[in-house]
Amino acid sequence: MQVQRTPAVHDVVVIGSGAGGGTTVKVLTDLGINVTLLEAGPMLNPATDFKEHMWPWDVNHRGSGPNAESYFGKQQWGYFNAPNGYWDVPGEPYSIAPGEDFKWFRSRIIGGRTNHYGRISLRFSDYDFKPQQFDGLGFDWPLTYEEMSPWYDKAEEFIGVTGTHEGLRSAPDGKFLPPIAPRVHEMLVQRAGKKLNIPVIPSRMAMLTKSINGRAACHYCGQCGRGCRVAAAFTSSQAMIFPAMKTGKLNIITGAMARELIVNDEGLVSAVSYIDKATRSEKQIRCRAVVVAASACESARLLLNSKSTKFPNGVANGSGQIGKNLTDTVGYSLGGNIPALENMPRHNCDGIGGMHVYVPWWELEKKNKDFPRGYHIEIGGGLGMPQLGSFRGVAAGAGYGAGIKAAARQQYGTNISFAGRGEMIPNEFSWCEIDNAKVDQWGIPVLKFHWISQQYEIKMVQHMHDTFTAMIETMGGRVANRPFDPAANISKGGFIIHEAGTVRMGDDPKKSALNKWSQAHEVKNLVVADAAPFNGNPDKNVTLTIVANAWRAAEHLADEMKKGNV
Amino acid sequence: MSDTSRRELFRIVGTTLLSAELISAQDAKDAHAGMSMPAAGTAPRSLNGGPNFVPKYLKPHEFKTLRVLGDLIMPADATSPAASEAGAAEFIDFLCSRNEDLANIFDGGLTWLDQYMIHKYDSDFLTSKPAEQKALLDLAYGGRTAAPEVAAGQQFFTWARNMVVDAYYTSPVGVKDIGYMGNTVVPAPFGVPQEAVDYVLKRSPFGS
Repeated sequence: MQVQRTPAVHDVVVIGSGAGGGTTVKVLTDLGINVTLLEAGPMLNPATDFKEHMWPWDVNHRGSGPNAESYFGKQQWGYFNAPNGYWDVPGEPYSIAPGEDFKWFRSRIIGGRTNHYGRISLRFSDYDFKPQQFDGLGFDWPLTYEEMSPWYDKAEEFIGVTGTHEGLRSAPDGKFLPPIAPRVHEMLVQRAGKKLNIPVIPSRMAMLTKSINGRAACHYCGQCGRGCRVAAAFTSSQAMIFPAMKTGKLNIITGAMARELIVNDEGLVSAVSYIDKATRSEKQIRCRAVVVAASACESARLLLNSKSTKFPNGVANGSGQIGKNLTDTVGYSLGGNIPALENMPRHNCDGIGGMHVYVPWWELEKKNKDFPRGYHIEIGGGLGMPQLGSFRGVAAGAGYGAGIKAAARQQYGTNISFAGRGEMIPNEFSWCEIDNAKVDQWGIPVLKFHWISQQYEIKMVQHMHDTFTAMIETMGGRVANRPFDPAANISKGGFIIHEAGTVRMGDDPKKSALNKWSQAHEVKNLVVADAAPFNGNPDKNVTLTIVANAWRAAEHLADEMKKGNV
Repeated sequence: MSDTSRRELFRIVGTTLLSAELISAQDAKDAHAGMSMPAAGTAPRSLNGGPNFVPKYLKPHEFKTLRVLGDLIMPADATSPAASEAGAAEFIDFLCSRNEDLANIFDGGLTWLDQYMIHKYDSDFLTSKPAEQKALLDLAYGGRTAAPEVAAGQQFFTWARNMVVDAYYTSPVGVKDIGYMGNTVVPAPFGVPQEAVDYVLKRSPFGS
């Protein structure tokens, strides 16, 4: 079998179609540049792939999966959720260092994780870009908040983000759509926050409280996670890639698993090699520039696998930093039962998918904490659509007979949950490399992960637990009774699906792979546009910054191409 | 709006997005109208397969036993019907036909149930007196775990109650009983009724 090489030189090949790839596609095609997009998964068809507005009984398994998967712990993601990906992808294993643990989520479809993500859209703060100056830990970004701010404006105005102006340093204000009114349990949380001096403010979410950019306004069914057929909830597939398809500037190749970037004698990327999944054959497309946005770890894997005489440790990896500094958000959740909510008058509180209010970090100025950074709090609760499992606990407490229904009516909607999402400091124990002894089903060497949770993060989890307990008790509630051990209850690495930092940017080519434009120091026609370039992983979730940074990187690349530098 | 016209609207909306044209306010409104669910107040649909239902996996006797057991776990009361109207036995039978591990749990459990009743009362579960059936359920579900006398049935009892309760609240009768009012189109702006706010705040430590 021969490698098929295209004779034509494509302008820009973009690898990955999530937040970073979608943004790159949108920006470059808007500027008139021809783009070829490689996606490892299939095309998305919202009309048939999204299960929006289905009732559980519309399928005879009611959501367990057609083979009762959820009953045996074999369902990786809810049946009704948008197609998005999994931690275990058949035929695509990864290795983990002995005695350690990491869960690597991969999404293989046009739109990637944006088809299902929480859509929490928070700007990083000024100090997030300069963490080393702030407290001596981590790495400063080669750019400031002031430099990123205009790109946040563009990102917010395009994707649409709800919110209010609060003037908080830990939660910079943006270009917001109207906020959404709180639900009843969220009003309780606001009052508890007031008593405890914890701010509870309208959430900042990428759902349209009014119609913009040709997308319909939200109709408040709360099912954003299932995928929104009218695209009132942002996805890169519907808001960026589908419109770009109509420009005539975009060529999409699905089922294309990027394998290697081919480097020429000048040290530039001359072609992208990928495995065409349908035929299991290698194909190469020549290109003028490449934008890698395959997700932080997948992008690192591709660069590390691209070895050549010029780049024996992987393309653009003279610094040896690729794969290092892997971070994920620190997660911990706690729920409680709030008697004040018992038998609440029924109403529809679906709203937008997720919380209507949230807690930004509030102890920025506090000294003598035993962990350096902060976290935000996401709030769950309300009169949601019942699903498999919703009332098992209630039933177990009620025995059998008429008491089950009575208890369920009384307790429906009385649980409130708090999820902490905190910043992890990059450390030398959390990173990834190529496992030289193993390939996936496409013949591509796999990643090996190293991950050990550190004391800073574990101590933050203790603070989360104490805060959530205080919130629940202040509302007159009872904390769900279970043993608590911060070292055991901290989320596993990769579990929050906010990986970042594996191809970091910096001013010094000896210590970083990319410059401030996310362009490789050593390879000027190579750009990385997902969360891999991030020098830190603040308590703000990654997607909004992926969009803003990719936008910035794409315009810079277009500029460099225009000037003839690339 | 019928299912067909709703699907048609989804198709149109999908095409509109692909064409990258602006959706007019009227189109957006129509798209939303297309997603309206059946009007509130209509009687919830029964998922009971009826007396002649042919189970996919369970033997007819097992299926009947499961249906009766389900109705004892979640009987009808003044406001809503029993588990059989939620299609609990039909749901479990379907998944048993798709999953061998689950089939083993229900085959074994239902067989054990009859053996227990025959040894104790000389009649299988279906033909036992209601008081005898109830005596078993008291032992099975009276405490945190099954009483020692019926401990062998513990796994089955847990699975049976979990799946009956699951089936109930994922059915039209269960959704109506619990009072879930969503999965529909809400005109902007979103808000919750003051009555619900007042009710909760009065009962909370905050008072108002």
